Amino acid sequence: MNKDNIFEIFRTLMAIVISLILAFIIIFFISKQPYVALSKFLLGPLSKTRYFSNVLEMAIPLTFTGLAICIMFKANQFNLGAEGAFFMGAVTATIIGIKFSLPGLIHPILAIVCGGIIGGIFLFIPAFLKVKWNANELVSSLMLNYVMFYLGIYIVNYYLRDSNAGAMVSYKLKTTALLPNLIPKTRLHYGILIAILMIIITYFFLFRTKWGYAIRMVGFNSKFAIYSGINNKSVILYSQIIGGIIAGIGGATELLGMYSRFQWQNLPGYGWDGVIVAILSRNNPVLVPIAAFFLSYLRIGADLMARITDVPSEVVSVIQALVIMLVAAESFLAKWKHRVIAKKAIEEIKAEEVNMNEQYI
Amino acid sequence: MKNEILRMENITKIYSNGITANKGVYFSICESEIHALVGENGAGKSTLMKILFGLEQPDDGEIYLNNSRISITSPSLAIKNGIGMVHQHFMLVPSLTVAENVVLGLEPRNKGFFDYKKAVAITEELAQKYNLFVDPNSIVEDLPVGMKQKIEILKALYRGAKILILDEPTAVLTPQETVELFNQLMHLKNSGHTIIFISHKLNEVKQISDRVTIMRNGRNVGVFNTSDVSENDISRLMVGRDVVFKLDKNIKKLGKTILNVKNLNYTSETGKKVLKNISFSVRGGEILGIAGVEGNGQRELVEIITGLRNYYEGEIVIDNIRINNLSIKEIRELGTSHIPEDRMVYGVAAQGTIEENIISDRFYKKELNHRILMNIKKVSDISKDLIKEYKIKCSSSKQKVSMLSGGNIQKVVVAREFSSNPKLLIADQPTRGIDIGATEFIHKKIIQLRDSGTAILLVSADLNEILEVSDSLIVMYGGEIVAYFDDTANVTEEELGMYMLGLKRQSHDEIGRVIYE
Ligand SMILES: Nc1ncnc2c1ncn2[C@@H]1O[C@H](COP(=O)(O)OP(=O)(O)OP(=O)(O)O)[C@@H](O)[C@H]1O
Ligand SMILES: [Mg+2]
Repeated sequence: MNKDNIFEIFRTLMAIVISLILAFIIIFFISKQPYVALSKFLLGPLSKTRYFSNVLEMAIPLTFTGLAICIMFKANQFNLGAEGAFFMGAVTATIIGIKFSLPGLIHPILAIVCGGIIGGIFLFIPAFLKVKWNANELVSSLMLNYVMFYLGIYIVNYYLRDSNAGAMVSYKLKTTALLPNLIPKTRLHYGILIAILMIIITYFFLFRTKWGYAIRMVGFNSKFAIYSGINNKSVILYSQIIGGIIAGIGGATELLGMYSRFQWQNLPGYGWDGVIVAILSRNNPVLVPIAAFFLSYLRIGADLMARITDVPSEVVSVIQALVIMLVAAESFLAKWKHRVIAKKAIEEIKAEEVNMNEQYI
Repeated sequence: MKNEILRMENITKIYSNGITANKGVYFSICESEIHALVGENGAGKSTLMKILFGLEQPDDGEIYLNNSRISITSPSLAIKNGIGMVHQHFMLVPSLTVAENVVLGLEPRNKGFFDYKKAVAITEELAQKYNLFVDPNSIVEDLPVGMKQKIEILKALYRGAKILILDEPTAVLTPQETVELFNQLMHLKNSGHTIIFISHKLNEVKQISDRVTIMRNGRNVGVFNTSDVSENDISRLMVGRDVVFKLDKNIKKLGKTILNVKNLNYTSETGKKVLKNISFSVRGGEILGIAGVEGNGQRELVEIITGLRNYYEGEIVIDNIRINNLSIKEIRELGTSHIPEDRMVYGVAAQGTIEENIISDRFYKKELNHRILMNIKKVSDISKDLIKEYKIKCSSSKQKVSMLSGGNIQKVVVAREFSSNPKLLIADQPTRGIDIGATEFIHKKIIQLRDSGTAILLVSADLNEILEVSDSLIVMYGGEIVAYFDDTANVTEEELGMYMLGLKRQSHDEIGRVIYE
């Protein structure tokens, strides 16, 4: 890890601290019991194993979508279809979980793999449209999210709906398909291991393989990539397919780990949050879990605060916005960094000058 | 001596990555003078000028304008103080028209709306006044660099610049354009402007400047009246040694034909016939120069041969393989290397590290990869060797290319393209913006490649370079080959100029000699 990275981390931490301070000020203004609210917000998630587990549970899907978006952003592809791919990944896992009878280990693996494939197929569409007709992937992927959402809802409601259940939910998945819990009395499931594996794979893929190299070069300067002989069309395609696969795997994992039947009637929003995670982590897969953890900690803390005190959980949105703004502002604290470096260099120059003068004398 | 108008004292600049670009620099200029600023690549010239223009903040030192201290914290303050700058890498908006670019940020308005007619009128008036003729309505993207530069100068003048900083203005110009620019600079000087002129071409410095400041390693190592020093004196102060301008070329051994271009015709997207019936060949061990005023089809020709441009008629054969339907990667795999004309657009990924930029043409090859992962040690070793061999001034092989000086960026490109053992090298302005020491080095490298059997196509706006380095040459005018010389030793610059300007052309048979089978 070099100096620049250390500085980046420090800067992000500072951004978080400053935005938290601002959040406290807001809480002090709007709450009758600010101290309770604050302590719930900050320490609530640590107060019980179950709460802390909630933080980790929520960080899992955020990690998946964050990684998916990271890869696409790295190639300069602003595909926002991770939301829909995540949703379709979950629908696919539901189908496999209900319609197939397989032994324990194989069942969830098949469900997750199929979820990934479906995610990849869907995000191939905006990529293909871009390569073929230069259609903006941002627009087409946003539209595609609706297609994926309604298609998923249609499948669940018409083919998998459990009419005996009161709500609009699917049949129960076969228990062989579900991901078991990792720690008793919590809902923390084996999906966290899959997420960790995915982080490692994504990191090595992006920074240590030739395919990742091509993605990064296209992202830096596509003309340079083309000139160098890199096939930028294939990079545009595979970066988004891989993004879709990761998002799909994330959706499948989430469903198999946290639910026993499919019950979303709205997009769960992890794809949008994934954009926040990707920005906070500066598109670096290694920092994705930290960003995901942070976001999820804020969310859970805010939930606890809202449940017990008079502060609405919307305060988190304010904090989120502040952190993102500060982190995204490139030159925040740059002066400070510069001063540290300049001081040392000036001393060196002075020493050099003394040396030179001595030589002349 | 004339009145001092501006003085920089004790300027020290340290970049955030710890590189010290200026160390206690003293720099002073007088009213209506042309002041040259010279120094090797990375000596700190651009940095000093960026400080003067408010783009960078010094860590130490003061700036005095007419003896009163000023602080220039932004370009808009510099402009307020009458300082304008034309950058080494242009900063125009390609999709806008000339007039729009000239007034950008200070647009004339009519009832609150942008008044385009007025902008055109302003541009025309300025152009008239300063002899800088441009077409206000054309889109900047399509213009040759010489034009773009005029627009940059007009932009600065429109903002009221009295002191004009030109960072390597002639690096991108043809000899004719340079002559034109110099006339314009003299005109500006006589109308009371002060010009700071950065260049690596010492003959130009001698020709145009009144005084010269020499920088080395971030320091000012001397200020002279230009008439008091010779080119050799200057280069010795810059580099610390004598630079040999004469290349000694061996007697050459010609190999078989490597590049064969047959009846090439190309019509641009806008319907203009850019290349007409171009046929020529280059043999192994031969350097064929292409001379010509920019915009006569050279760029398109280069882009077609290297695969960047498609949809042409005719045939191109490299090493006996027809490349019309090959991808850029396949063309490169035939052993083609390409130094592009514009390093910032094609040559590098500025956000990438030096390593990442050096391996862009070979990153997928077996030798740089284990089974799945890349061999990062090997990548690093190759890069370090090339950094050493090409004397790229940097803090490490993992430094970002955007933090290198202009000349060192060019060296990264050259190092990559020369180190792949090419059979065919297309060198488009290979020494643009490179200091004399490094130019000498690159010329020697080109000749070394030639001697090892590489076929080389050298495109350069620098007539000296063409005449000195290439063995034979063709001249392009209006999209056609109008002359071929099989031995550059027998050609004079004047004669070449006649062909380049279209005043003379050889017979069909004479030109036909450039085709071998
Ligand atoms: N933005 C930057 N960040 C960090 N270092 C930089 C930056 N720009 C320049 N440098 C470094 O500062 C030194 C001086 O660079 P500068 O661009 O001033 O050189 P120069 O004299 O203009 O050279 P050239 O003739 O090649 O254009 C170089 O070593 C370069 O690597
Ligand atoms: Mg420079």
